[in-house]
Amino acid sequence: MAKPEIDSVTGVETTGHEWDGIKELNKPLPKWWLWVLYASIIWSVAYWIAMPSWPLIADYTRGVLGYSQRTVVAKSLEDARAAQSRFLDRIAAADLAGIKADPELLQFSLAGGAAAFGDNCAPCHGRGAQGAIGYPNLNDDVWLWGGTLDDIHKTLNVGIRSGHPDTRDNAMPAFGRDQILEPAQISDVTDYVLSLSGGEANAEAAARGKEIFAEQCAACHGEDGKGNIELGSPNLTDGLWLYGGSRNEIADSIRNSRAGVMPAWEGRLSPETIKQLAVFVHSLGGGQ
Amino acid sequence: MSWEKHKIFETNSIILLIGILVVVSIGGIVEIAPLFWLKSTVEKVQGMRPYTPLELAGRDIYVREGCYLCHSQMIRSLRDEVERYGHYSLAAESIYDHPFQWGSKRTGPDLARVGGKYSDEWHVLHMKDPRAVVPESIMPGYPWLAERRLEAKDIAANLSTLRAIGVPYSDEMIENAAADLKAQVDPDDDGADALQQRYPKSQVRQFDNNPEFISEMDALVAYLQMLGTLVDFATFDASGPNLR
Repeated sequence: MAKPEIDSVTGVETTGHEWDGIKELNKPLPKWWLWVLYASIIWSVAYWIAMPSWPLIADYTRGVLGYSQRTVVAKSLEDARAAQSRFLDRIAAADLAGIKADPELLQFSLAGGAAAFGDNCAPCHGRGAQGAIGYPNLNDDVWLWGGTLDDIHKTLNVGIRSGHPDTRDNAMPAFGRDQILEPAQISDVTDYVLSLSGGEANAEAAARGKEIFAEQCAACHGEDGKGNIELGSPNLTDGLWLYGGSRNEIADSIRNSRAGVMPAWEGRLSPETIKQLAVFVHSLGGGQ
Repeated sequence: MSWEKHKIFETNSIILLIGILVVVSIGGIVEIAPLFWLKSTVEKVQGMRPYTPLELAGRDIYVREGCYLCHSQMIRSLRDEVERYGHYSLAAESIYDHPFQWGSKRTGPDLARVGGKYSDEWHVLHMKDPRAVVPESIMPGYPWLAERRLEAKDIAANLSTLRAIGVPYSDEMIENAAADLKAQVDPDDDGADALQQRYPKSQVRQFDNNPEFISEMDALVAYLQMLGTLVDFATFDASGPNLR
């Protein structure tokens, strides 16, 4: 095609493409479209200058605004901390009793503690802190390792058999698995333990079990079976059972022992969050 | 008219194809190639190491069971995520993942830092019957994991395959793969110390509380309990020169 052909009807030049005798007019692009294109080009050049954009060999252009997602998230965390600093600074400085005594801090801690509890504690202890088999109910008055504010705070920090250097730890022997007691003896002790909380037990077997209990169990659980918070040994007389109170479940606990684990939260949660959690858990009903 | 210059492409499909390849390659080279040299692509961190054989076997089960379909392993750099899950994920933390498990959908929570958050016992209970510990959970149960023996005859081959694609397993690690796998579930095993030397921060214990055999549950829990625990964030500088 040597020179542009002009369409005789419209007076517009054609593109020269022809399909079965039909030709295409070479119309200019709509003005609005063209201007949007030019504006986009200008915008992209401005964006290259302002924001991180071009990759170089070992680095990339940073942009004059210095934007980075990492500084944005650091800033938003900082802002959130600053917005709460009115409370958090005082929580960091105060002791637990002081937080509880200050209505403002108490209210803040109960709300913050509840949120942290939902994220971190509820999977084991339940949404309502009601516990489950193997995971203590935190609403009742029974505390394995103590239910004062400081006890709860320490348990949160160091955990139980958590691997933390100061973790709360004890070990009940597996009387059956390690063949410390004969099966018949375990059965007798089970009767005695059942009798401690008024459960159905064979009186004769319980009497035999009492002697074995005094020898094997009393050192930790106490002569009267009431346990010892210092050692984390549970009270066997209150009728509340972490691993179930049926004959089979109690016998199983004696046979194989139990060793629940709670993670240490020190390092994973901030000290202020752990304090709020301690105050929250203490408030649930059973705090001492 | 420029039509004439373009005619060669429009009338010859092979030449058009080559032309497309050339243009797309330029885009690819500009966008992809620098990632291999950019220092900020993968940060320098302290503490990353390849998976232990048991963790690796657990990871394979994680992939086999499709955990990634509901769980991500990627904490985004957003305030709510960082507050809930911990420090945002770094590329360096997935450096030995083939394939990575970032995921794109969260029906369940993110697992990038689930290691140490719950006890082994919780994981076992939860895996057997999620509703036993989390009544509102919609996760399916995986009770067979505790009953199935871990099939790991090819664990050494698995390690050397990963070495071929860049995971720095040493000869010693590959040689001891089977022994290391066994040692990780038994603190009394003679090889437990050597395992922990080869793989710092590896956790050695009976994960599913069943000493009779090494189950798939052992492997999966060992894997879950190490997730997000390796990098030492005390030595990590998020605003370092190449880390923006």
